[in-house]
Amino acid sequence: MTDVTLTEHPALVRLRAQFGDAVLETHAHRGDHTAVVAPERYHDVMRFLHDDPECDYDFLTDLTAWDRLRMELAPRFEVVVHLYSTSRNDRLRIKTRPTDDEAPAVDSIVDIYRAANWPEREVWDMFGIRFHGHPNLKRILMYEEFVGHPLRKDYPVNKRQPLVEERPIPDDRPSTLFYT
Amino acid sequence: MSDVVTTPPAAAPETAPESALTTRDMLLNMGPSHPAMHGVIRILASLDGEKVIHSDIEIGYLHRGFEKDSEVVGWGQVFPYTDRLNYVSPLINNVCYAMGVEKLLDLQTTERCQYIRVIISEISRITDHLTCIAASSMELGAMTGFIYLMKAREYLYELVEELTGARLTVSYVKVGGVKADLPDGWLERLEKALDLAVLEIKEVDRLLTRNRIFIDRVKDVGIISAEEAWSLGFTGPVLRSTGRARDLRKDEPYLVYDRLDFDVPVGAVGDNYDRYLVRMEEMHQSIRIIRQCIKQIPDGPVRVDLTGRPLSGAEMVDSAKMGMTADLLLRTVRPDPTLDGADRLHARRVNVNDKSVVLPPKEDTYSNIEGLMNHFMLIMEGEGLKPPPGEIYIANEAANGELGFYMVSDGSGRAYRVHCRPPCYYLMQGLDRMIEGGMIADVIATFGTINMIAGELDR
Repeated sequence: MTDVTLTEHPALVRLRAQFGDAVLETHAHRGDHTAVVAPERYHDVMRFLHDDPECDYDFLTDLTAWDRLRMELAPRFEVVVHLYSTSRNDRLRIKTRPTDDEAPAVDSIVDIYRAANWPEREVWDMFGIRFHGHPNLKRILMYEEFVGHPLRKDYPVNKRQPLVEERPIPDDRPSTLFYT
Repeated sequence: MSDVVTTPPAAAPETAPESALTTRDMLLNMGPSHPAMHGVIRILASLDGEKVIHSDIEIGYLHRGFEKDSEVVGWGQVFPYTDRLNYVSPLINNVCYAMGVEKLLDLQTTERCQYIRVIISEISRITDHLTCIAASSMELGAMTGFIYLMKAREYLYELVEELTGARLTVSYVKVGGVKADLPDGWLERLEKALDLAVLEIKEVDRLLTRNRIFIDRVKDVGIISAEEAWSLGFTGPVLRSTGRARDLRKDEPYLVYDRLDFDVPVGAVGDNYDRYLVRMEEMHQSIRIIRQCIKQIPDGPVRVDLTGRPLSGAEMVDSAKMGMTADLLLRTVRPDPTLDGADRLHARRVNVNDKSVVLPPKEDTYSNIEGLMNHFMLIMEGEGLKPPPGEIYIANEAANGELGFYMVSDGSGRAYRVHCRPPCYYLMQGLDRMIEGGMIADVIATFGTINMIAGELDR
């Protein structure tokens, strides 16, 4: 990515002071401030941004990912989280890159932001990125028999898969709900 | 009866055979063929009698593939797909996507264009709320309210149809502007349509707001607290019904919302009745916004070149022909009536003066080679809009809440990644918290006030 400048956003400054080398990269593009953090410290960073009174990012706006296969960047996947702080009326983007391209995985942040529950399931479904500690990590948009992850760049846009037969619903289906 | 019992009473529960009196939780599938489940939703509910004790929400497989499709067409060709995200307020989706690409391009739209975008966004908000209240009241049996509200929506849809040429598949907003300026007299007709729509809304207000049957069905039903709604990522009317006044139009003003005077209605308890009241009041606020825009919208040519100098429509064509277009310009092509307002001056009055972004007016495309080349350069595969590499997130206050787009450009003619943050995805995430503990019949009332839009949910 070009056209980025290092900035002195207060939350980014605090992040760098707190986590040092775990903050791999910070930049701003068209006014969107971004920090890329190491996957090992990703959960800690989110916990810090949520709990720290000066950061106070209390709202998870969005969580998604993208596949950088055709950009020939390593590692291949990047998980993107958009946060919002009510008290400071400010947005921040946090990104992390799961290291293993074959079986990408990062920590789940559902214990910090409950709103991350379905988006993380969607990222698993669409990109095949696992979230450690997610209470119910199963497909959400595609059916369970679906093979592959459709939003990966190596999944052809016109590929078709057969429909599956009707499944019986087990009567003793365990509750898969998640409550805190 | 005690003399009949031979076994000790303590052992009785284990050894007694299962009788008709034993109760078991019942697993009930609501949807996807349930008439109130709008197509693809399945609610797998465990019932204790009529009470919902557990529920598992499956959002189904509509398989629109919006995000994947956006990666295989040019930036400008995504607009028809955004129409179908929230199909009762397509204009807001158009506006949000266009603003995202403009943010990537670092492009500032003209003032007249921004007013037009506010007007059409608010029209969409009204049509969306009308549809939501109409559908949910119909599901509770209030068919009359449905008819009145559909009538009100019809007045506005006619205006949308006149402006865009379509009622649903509008594709009206373009990067750098809009497809065409407002047709002559459209704003006056809009004011009349709003007057008529208000009458219908008042009629429904009289019919429902203090109706005993309606109140009994919705009041204190489907309650969610402000903290829980916030932690689950709720936005829009459903969040505001809990008493939290978050509105992007106030908190992070975009377009010209900071110049407009309006209130953000909030509820108190976060039940279905509050959501109904918030939506009813928001429609009045939207009408207030539109009336201010009609008064404030600037007139006259506001099209400027990149240095800020006003530029007439014929000037650009003429300069390319080195002044030899005197008789050429006399030939006019009359475009299709649905493109009313697309004639040269009109189109250039609202759109950004940048040939690399904005499609030329239709009659230029049909009548001179510059226009034709310009048109093709923007439409051809791999050509067209090429935002510089980078990533942005843009959010609008759509009718249901925060509609966001996360876009990544690699500098080519296509989006590398477009992600849509639909408001009702997060609302549906919390539906189980709203229906559990309630009656099975209340699921319908609660689901209706969520205003789930499947096209947005399953991208």
